[in-house]
Amino acid sequence: MLAKRIIPCLDVKDGRVVKGVNFVNLRDAGDPVELAALYDREGADELVFLDISASVEGRATMIEVVRRTAGEITIPFTVGGGISQVDDMKRILRAGADKIGINTAAVLNPRLISDGARRFGSQCIVVAVDAKFNSEWGEWEVYTHGGRKASGIRALEWVRQAESLGAGELLLTSMDADGTKDGFDIALTRAVSDAAGIPVIASGGAGRTEHFGEVFREGRADAGLAATIFHYKELTVAAVKDELRREGVEVR
Amino acid sequence: MIAIIDYGLGNLHSVSKAVERLGFKAVVTADRNEILEADAAILPGVGAFGDAMAYLRETGMDDATRAYAASGKPLLGICLGMQLLFAEGEEHGSHEGLGLLPGRVVRFEGDYKIPHMGWNRLDFLRPSPLTAGLEEGHVYFVHSYHVHVGEESHLVATADYYQPVTAIVERGNVYGMQFHPEKSGELGMSLLRNFLGLARG
Repeated sequence: MLAKRIIPCLDVKDGRVVKGVNFVNLRDAGDPVELAALYDREGADELVFLDISASVEGRATMIEVVRRTAGEITIPFTVGGGISQVDDMKRILRAGADKIGINTAAVLNPRLISDGARRFGSQCIVVAVDAKFNSEWGEWEVYTHGGRKASGIRALEWVRQAESLGAGELLLTSMDADGTKDGFDIALTRAVSDAAGIPVIASGGAGRTEHFGEVFREGRADAGLAATIFHYKELTVAAVKDELRREGVEVR
Repeated sequence: MIAIIDYGLGNLHSVSKAVERLGFKAVVTADRNEILEADAAILPGVGAFGDAMAYLRETGMDDATRAYAASGKPLLGICLGMQLLFAEGEEHGSHEGLGLLPGRVVRFEGDYKIPHMGWNRLDFLRPSPLTAGLEEGHVYFVHSYHVHVGEESHLVATADYYQPVTAIVERGNVYGMQFHPEKSGELGMSLLRNFLGLARG
């Protein structure tokens, strides 16, 4: 059976890692390629780069980061952030990324999912969903633009649509849990995993090793993603995996 | 020199970088002579079987690959490249493969997630130069079709995904890996190193 995956996420701006980096054993802790190689050595199963550059130059720099990373690491990696056209996907995949993450652009133009899937295969298309509980609805709502805009779209409907359009995977971030370190949003993850027939990467809220086992067992997630806790060395990938093995969860 | 056969499909960058990291010179090439002179050759591939075979024929790389296999030097098919080594594929209608190994390429069918994507554990079935000195572990798969081998003795390793899935095959100097060794961490690199170790010179 497939192993559950542990995925560190790196926020990159103008070719530099921006969020929470605390590595003493790297020559240049701000270099995303060096950090990626370190996570590879530590046993990460996959990596996600989120490009938060606002400028054209910053985005061009990201292509170079992707190319260098592809030459350095031995695990698959996804690149997301600001991708709104099939041509953007092509440039990033050509540079050596394995998958493309799309979020706001897919909500605004769902055809981007089907166009990308037809062109590159579903396995390349990761639809990232930022969701927040809407108490009036009694269910979760999709947010766009980095969590700043409510879309009026129900998250469970959106993930079903994304799947039917050809998404290969869902990267699900709970805005309610994000930053709390109190654990992943089990209810949301479970609801999305049950609604979708494609793998779900749970994100937001990880603070302790046990949180990963919870989201795999109770949330039925296929992978768990975290950023800050790994960057600040509050947790290591190896420690998370040791705990999962103890709990009887299959990991690499 | 290790030839990575280029027939106009797929991202060859990761494979060639992995070969270089292991200390070998790699050339991505569609030049028949350059391929035939190489100490080992790799047939990569992503995408659809039918399209890939059409590209292979158009570029003459089908004959070059068969000629390479006939030379007795080590040839490795990776992912779709492994599937192409077999006699027959059924992706989007039936297609003839390179026919270097007997067997059929069939779609996963069942009430489970397709593609088979992620880290899965290899079960070694018999000794092979590819797995020599290595322990069973996880490697990275991405595929919707899989191989039913025509001859069981060609099976070196399988992975369990609701059925035994052909993962490593070997027939003489012709080898195949369904997973991506270049994306499979240390075990993947070790498998690739073992293959490259078969190259002379």
